[in-house]
This record gives sequence, structure tokens and C-alpha cells, in this order.
Amino acid sequence: GSLMMISARAFGDNAQMKEHHYTGPVEHKFSPYAFNGGTVLAVAGEDFALVASDTRLSEGYGIHSRDSPKCYKLTDTTVIGCSGFHGDCLTLTKIIEARLKMYKHSNNKNMTSGAIAAMLSTILYGKRFFPYYVYNIIGGLDEEGRGAVYSFDPVGSYQRDTYKAGGSASAMLQPLLDNQIGFKNMENVEQVPLTLEKAVQLVKDVFISAAERDVYTGDALKICIITKEGVREEIMPLRKD
Amino acid sequence: MALQDVCGFLETLDDISPCTYLPNEMGYMWRTPFEFDGDSAFHFLFPPQQCSRKNRAPTLFSSTFSSLSPHQQPFQLSHGTTTLGFIFQDGVIAAADTRASCKGLICCPISQKIMPIHSHLVVNTSGSGADCMLWERILTREMRLYQLRHRKRLSVNGAAKLLSMMLHPFKGTDVCVAATLCGWDGEETQETLQSCMEIADVKEAVEQDSNVSAISDESAQGSVKMASINEQDEISKDTQALNPTVSNQNTKNALSTFGERSGPRVCYVCSDGLQLKGEIISVGSGSPYAYAVLDDGWRWGMTVDEAVALAREAVFRATHWDAYSGNNVDLFHITAHGWRRRDREDLKEEYYREREREKKKIKEREKERQKREGDELVEGEGDIYSVHCG
Repeated sequence: GSLMMISARAFGDNAQMKEHHYTGPVEHKFSPYAFNGGTVLAVAGEDFALVASDTRLSEGYGIHSRDSPKCYKLTDTTVIGCSGFHGDCLTLTKIIEARLKMYKHSNNKNMTSGAIAAMLSTILYGKRFFPYYVYNIIGGLDEEGRGAVYSFDPVGSYQRDTYKAGGSASAMLQPLLDNQIGFKNMENVEQVPLTLEKAVQLVKDVFISAAERDVYTGDALKICIITKEGVREEIMPLRKD
Repeated sequence: MALQDVCGFLETLDDISPCTYLPNEMGYMWRTPFEFDGDSAFHFLFPPQQCSRKNRAPTLFSSTFSSLSPHQQPFQLSHGTTTLGFIFQDGVIAAADTRASCKGLICCPISQKIMPIHSHLVVNTSGSGADCMLWERILTREMRLYQLRHRKRLSVNGAAKLLSMMLHPFKGTDVCVAATLCGWDGEETQETLQSCMEIADVKEAVEQDSNVSAISDESAQGSVKMASINEQDEISKDTQALNPTVSNQNTKNALSTFGERSGPRVCYVCSDGLQLKGEIISVGSGSPYAYAVLDDGWRWGMTVDEAVALAREAVFRATHWDAYSGNNVDLFHITAHGWRRRDREDLKEEYYREREREKKKIKEREKERQKREGDELVEGEGDIYSVHCG
């Protein structure tokens, strides 16, 4: 009835913006979700993988923290990036880390990237009727040492990709990656395989562009580079406004 | 722990009561979630409304959880698609586009909507991506268990009933699965193949002009295909061919004969509980456009190439008109031997080819018109009629 209609209006596309504009009397119910912003990106190469995220944590018009990265290292070959509702990100990563330990203790080996992805899908679907409001992207090396990226939706649908952007600026970044890494919609172009240096430079440029146009992305960029030597981190400053 | 009680964490797990309204054949699998698999709890198999609320102390989350309705989620799940499946004399064709959209954004331009379940069954999925992925896995597991227990494959209708029963507890929740099961029933013995060929020959003979020489050609071809062909069948083919009025009956006979033993089958199952059988099924936002093309071109006696071309054309037209369908087209062909997959095709090229064809046609029409006008000038006055007929 009318309660549903009113709350649907408050939960428009940009729910977080409407709550702060005066659009007439609006009845608020307690919402267990909040949108904390942030962008995550992952790229898979021939023998490497990159997972990058900005470090801004915001809510509505305010910034909670400028130093809250969204990449979490799981194993020596896998890093996960989570954006969306920060509370669910923290709980979800705790659950994943606990399950990794359980697997390590019962099977005496680390989980592979593909196995972590499959497990995360069932964890997310386990809360199909009260989902984790998290957009996940896993980046890592598969059993053969090739780069792998797995992208998820909030309820656990996933697939393996070469590159994927998630979070608040994903709609801006994904077409740019389609063009630069996937060579889509370009004619007469030589498709050279992506090197690590070129990929890192591309990720930095892409995040600089995202920080220009998306208010929830900025402050600093953290890139986790996964190679057979392990996981290396690089930090670069971004716009702070 | 105090915090656990306040948050109601793990509460929904403890309150799961056994599902008593499912048949006992499957019943033992569904009794408790922790029975067969220790750590990965399948507690999602029981929708939340079924939990008993008798012993639950009021907690912070439970009061809000019960009043949380699906559309309060701040994100949308992926929907929108064109998938189709139809049967014909030489099997089943399953085709789908590859676009997964999420409100206005394309989440994935290269998703796979047709998933093989076993060697003779594929499922076209549409609806919410995560639901389809998961229920397809569950269905594969159940079918494999059936095959191991009963030493034969479950039929397509049986699989549809199974999936429908598994989805029934979730009617009313926002699980959204619309699956088209496309497959070939029955064991692939030599006898089955022969009977399929015979019926195919009968159909082709009847649909052509009743011309005795053409029929004898067909039967000659038929004998080349198979090692042995009974004289009796040849006689029956001739008599049927000479009675074209019997053609409708033959269509029904062909299908009912398939119904007895084996043959191509296509079934639709929906999370609302709908279950449909038919010859042509198309699902999704682009299905009206696909139905238009399919209804126009479908005949039981199509060849494989015609059927593949028809399916491709249907998906192509649907992707053109429907915003939520697009990118590539996947095509599977299932026969008594199993399923075969055609390479994924990018429809972008097809659009350019079509534009070129249109341009050429326009040029040709222009040339013809000029030629006609040139002829009229040479003729002199000419009729009023010829000018108007131009």
C-alpha cells in the first residue's frame, strides 16, 4: 500500500542522495544496508593478476575514512576486492578467511582461486533472501599459473573474466577496459598481449579518470600485484576532493 | 554468545524444520541441511517464511527481517534475455543470446545461458543469474543421482517435474527461474534410430507433392542411410503418400510414436510453478519477436541446416528489437547421439552483412527502374498504363 510506495520513493536509484534532499515528508524505515562507495578493478594477464581499489570510505555526503582499502589478501595466489556496504564486506571477508583456515586444516593445502570463487558463490547464495550487499571481484593465479579474474553479483552468480570493474565507478570504467584490454570496437588494431608494466600503468590512468568523475572514488589507489613470487602492493595518491 | 543472540545471527539456521510436504523418494535428502554436508549448509533450500517463530526471542534483526520485502534491496539482479527451443524431425535446437543486463547496465556481454546437464539434455535459463546458476547445478546433481540409482537417464518430462517440485517451496519469494529443458529422450539403440529415420521419411514423402517417383527417390535415399529397410515399411510409405488427406494424421502419429518410446522433447519450467510441453518454446523479453519468426518458418520436416538458420534468424531479430537482448548467439543441436554446440557467433557482423545486402538491393532496384524508364523513352509515347505500372 502507501507505505511501500513511500519507501520505494526513498529508495530510488540514488537512494543515498534522495535521503539528503528535501523532497517532501518521507517516512524512513530502518534499513540494514548503507552504501559506502568505492571502486574495485581486477585484470588478468598471461602470468600475473592485478586487483586494484581506491581507499575512500564514504556515506552520503561525508567521508568516513581516506585510508580504507578494499583489497584483502586471502592466500599467496589470491586477492579479493569487495565494495558496497562496508559492514557486509568486513563480515564476508571474516567468513572467507575462516573457511580458508578450515580447508587448510582439513585438506592440508591452500585453496586454489577457482575453489575460492566456487565457495564464495555458495556463501553468497546462502543469504539469498537477505543478501550481502557486496560486489566482489577475485583476482589470482589458477593452477597453471595463468591470471584469473572472477566477478560476482551480490547473490553469488559468477563467471571467469579477463578484466572487470566493480563498485560505484564500474559503469564508467568497464567500457574503457573493454576498449583498451579487450580491443573491442576497434578496427585494424594489433592485439598485443598485455604486459605487467602496461597493465599497471593502465590501471593507474583508469583510476585517475574515475576519481575525476565519480564522487565516491578518490584519495588513494592501492594495487595488489599477484605473480608467482607472491603478492606485492603499490600505493598511489588520487584526488582528495 | 551475547552478541550472537542480540543480532539473531545463525537463528534462521537453528529454526529449520524438516520439509514434510515433499515426496519421500527425495524426502530424506531434505530433512536436515547438515545431514549430508557438514560445513556448507544448504539452509537456503528452505525459504525464510517457513521458519517456526514460536521459540524466537524478539531480537533487533528478526523484527526488521520479517518485514523486509524483496524490493527494498538497493540493487537489482540480472534479467532480460531471448532464449528459444524447438523440436523437429532431426532433434532439438536450443538457441539463446548472451547478454546479461542489470536494469540499464549490461553486466556481462558474454554470459552463457545454455548449459548442458548431461549428454542428451541442455537447459536454456533465463531470469535471475544466480538463481539459474544454482538451480541448474542442483538439477544436474539430482539427475546424476537418478541415473546412478535407476541405471537409466531421467526423461525430459521427468526432469521438468523434478525441477518444478524443487522450486515449489520458493513460490512467492523472489527466486526467478524460467528454464527450458531441451533434450532427447530414450536410449539410442539402433531400433530407435531406425524408427526415427522411417518416420522422417514418411513425413518428407507426405509433405512433398504426391509424386511416386519422388517418393521412390526418398525411400532409395532412406535405404542408403540405413543398413536394412523393411519391405513392409516401403509399402506403407507408398500407400500413405497416395493419400495426402492422411497427412495431418501422420503428423500426430509421428509425434505420438515419439511419445511412446523416445524422441526430441522440449519443456518449460518456471519458478511460479508453470510447466509446459510443446514444440516451440521461447522465453524472455525478446520472446515475442522470436515467436514471430519461428511460427513463420517452423515445419516438422525441416533439415538441420534450415532449423539452425531459423533459430539464428529468430534470435537475431529478437536482439534487434529488444534492448535487453544482444551481443552473440549460442546454438546447440541435440539428437539421439547427444548434443553438439555451434560456435558462438557475434551478431554485429550479421548486422553489417544485412546492411550491405540492403544497399545492394536498393542499387539493383534503382538500376532496374532506370532501365525501364530508358525503354519507355525509346518506345515513344507509350501507354498511360505502362507509365503507371512502372
